[in-house]
Amino acid sequence: MKLMSMAAAGLLASHLVGAEQLFARAVDMDIEDLPPVAIENGLTVNISVNNTKRKVLIDSRATLLDTMRERMGLTGSKKGCDHGQCGACTVIIDGNRVLSCLTLAATCEGKSVITIEGLAKDNVLNPMQTAFLKHDGFQCGFCTPGQICSAVALMKEAKEGQASFITADVRQDQKSVVLSDDEIAERMSGNICRCGAYPNIVAAIKEAQTGKNVEQTWLFAG
Amino acid sequence: MRPFKFTAAGTAPLAIGQLVQNPNSSFLAGGTNLLDLMKEDVARPDELIDLGRLDLTAITPVTAGSNTGGATIGGLAKNTFTANHPLIRQNYPLLSKAILAGASAQIRNMATNGGNLLQRTRCSYFYDIAMPCNKRNPGTGCAAMEGFNRMHAIFGWSEHCIAVYPSDMAVALAALDASVKVMQPEGGIRLIPFKDFHRLPGEHPERDNTLNRGELITAIELPQNKFAAHSAYVKVRDRNSYAFALVSVAAALELNGNNISAVRIAMGGVAHQPWRATKAEAMLLGKAATTDNFKLAAAAEMQSAKPLAYNAFKIDMGQNTIVHALDMALKGTAVK
Repeated sequence: MKLMSMAAAGLLASHLVGAEQLFARAVDMDIEDLPPVAIENGLTVNISVNNTKRKVLIDSRATLLDTMRERMGLTGSKKGCDHGQCGACTVIIDGNRVLSCLTLAATCEGKSVITIEGLAKDNVLNPMQTAFLKHDGFQCGFCTPGQICSAVALMKEAKEGQASFITADVRQDQKSVVLSDDEIAERMSGNICRCGAYPNIVAAIKEAQTGKNVEQTWLFAG
Repeated sequence: MRPFKFTAAGTAPLAIGQLVQNPNSSFLAGGTNLLDLMKEDVARPDELIDLGRLDLTAITPVTAGSNTGGATIGGLAKNTFTANHPLIRQNYPLLSKAILAGASAQIRNMATNGGNLLQRTRCSYFYDIAMPCNKRNPGTGCAAMEGFNRMHAIFGWSEHCIAVYPSDMAVALAALDASVKVMQPEGGIRLIPFKDFHRLPGEHPERDNTLNRGELITAIELPQNKFAAHSAYVKVRDRNSYAFALVSVAAALELNGNNISAVRIAMGGVAHQPWRATKAEAMLLGKAATTDNFKLAAAAEMQSAKPLAYNAFKIDMGQNTIVHALDMALKGTAVK
C-alpha cells in the first residue's frame, strides 16, 4: 500500500514537471501572430492590454474577450455565459470594470485594458489577490479572475464615494465608503460564484479594503 | 453572430446620416443589450454605427429657457456616471436609486442613458427564436399568452403581446415627468414627453417606443421639482440584486405639513411601458399623507389590472409595493 502511494506520488511529480515544461513552451510561443482562419469585415485595432500595446486584425464580430483569449494568449478572463449574466469575463477598461463578452474589440481602439494577468507587479501579487488566497475566496476558481478584477475596481469606486442601491441616503456627500458585508454583496452582485464561495469572497474584499485582519463569517451547520 | 460592417461615427449628424443610408443598420451605444440580442440571433443588423466617440455625455443644470432649474443628462452618458453625479444625487435621488437598482456595476459602467431607454423586453419567448413572437416577428403570434407568463404584464397588454418593459431608470423618469430630446434626420430637435415615449403594444408590439427611424436620443431633460426630500424606489425581485423586477415602484411626494401637495407614482414590471399610477395620484392629491390613504389609493389603482394565468400575484404585490414606496417616501429615508 505504502509502495503504491509512493509510486502514485512519483507519477504526480513527473506530471507536474511535464506541466511546467508545457507552460514554459506556451509562454515562449509567438502567439500574437497566430493568423485567424477567416475574417469578415476585418479591421485593425490598437489596444493597450496590461500596459502592452497590441495591434491586431480582427473580425468586426470579435468580442474583447475572444480577442484576448484567442488572439493574445490571455486566457485568464473566462467565458462563462457569454451573455453578460455571470461576470466571469470582467476586466478593467480605463479604470472601470466592464464585461469583455459584451464589448466589441472594435470599440476598444486606443483604450487601456487590465486583466487578471496584469494585476501583479512582477512577482508581487495585488493585495486583492493575496486576500483571496488567504481567505480561500474560491473553490473551482473559474469565476475568480472576474471576481478579483471586479473587486479591484470596486476599491476605486468605494474610494470615490460612489453610491449603491443600498446606500442609506444618496443625497449625503460621501467622500469614501467603508464597505459593509451587505454593501459588498450588493456591489459584487454582477459576479456569480456557482461554488458558493461568497462568505470567503466577502471576507477577502473586506480585508483588502481595510488592511485589517477579517474573521470569516461562515459557520458549519448545526 | 451574423457578419456586420462596423462604422465609427464622429458626430451625431454624421451618425444619423450613416444610419438612414442603410435600412438594416443599427446604432451601437453601450451594447449590453444589442450585442446579446445579436448573439441570440434576435437582432440581425448588417451594420453597426458606433456612437462611442460622440460628445453627448454631459450632465448639466439648466439655467435658461422653459426648463430653468431643471437638469439635462446626456444621451450617451453612462448609467454609473449619471447615478453618481452630484447634481443628480442631490436633486433627483429617485433617479440615482432607480439606476442603481438595475443590472450590475459592470453593466451600469457600460450602459448609456439613451440605450437604457431603448433596451428590449426580457420576455423569454422574445429571446427564443424557435418560438412565435409578434414583437420579434410580427404576425407569428404570442407564445407567452398560453405559456409561462409569470413575469408578464397585468396592465395595458393586448392579445398580440403581453411583454413588460424592463428598465428601472425609465420608471423614475416617468415619475419625474422627464422629456426625451432627439435629433432628427433633417437636423431638427424634437422633445418627447416621457409618457409619449414608450407605448402600449396594441396591434404593433414590434414598436417599443415612438422614435422614428434615424432619430437619435441626444439628452434627457429633467424638470425642476420639490420631491428630493421625499422619494423612494422600491424593487421586488426573485433575488436581492442583479435581477429584473417582478414589480417596482417609484414614489415621490411634496408635502405641505402632512398634506400631499404633489404626488407621483410610477410602476415597473407591470406593463409594456413604465406605468403611471394616475388614479392613485389623483386620489392622494390634497389628502393627508397617511398609510391608510396610501392603501386606499393603491387598491383603487390595481382594480383595473388584468392578470394572466401565472401572474395574478402581481396585483397584491403591486398594491403592497405602492404602499411601501409611499411610506418610505413619506419617511424621507432612502433605504430599501
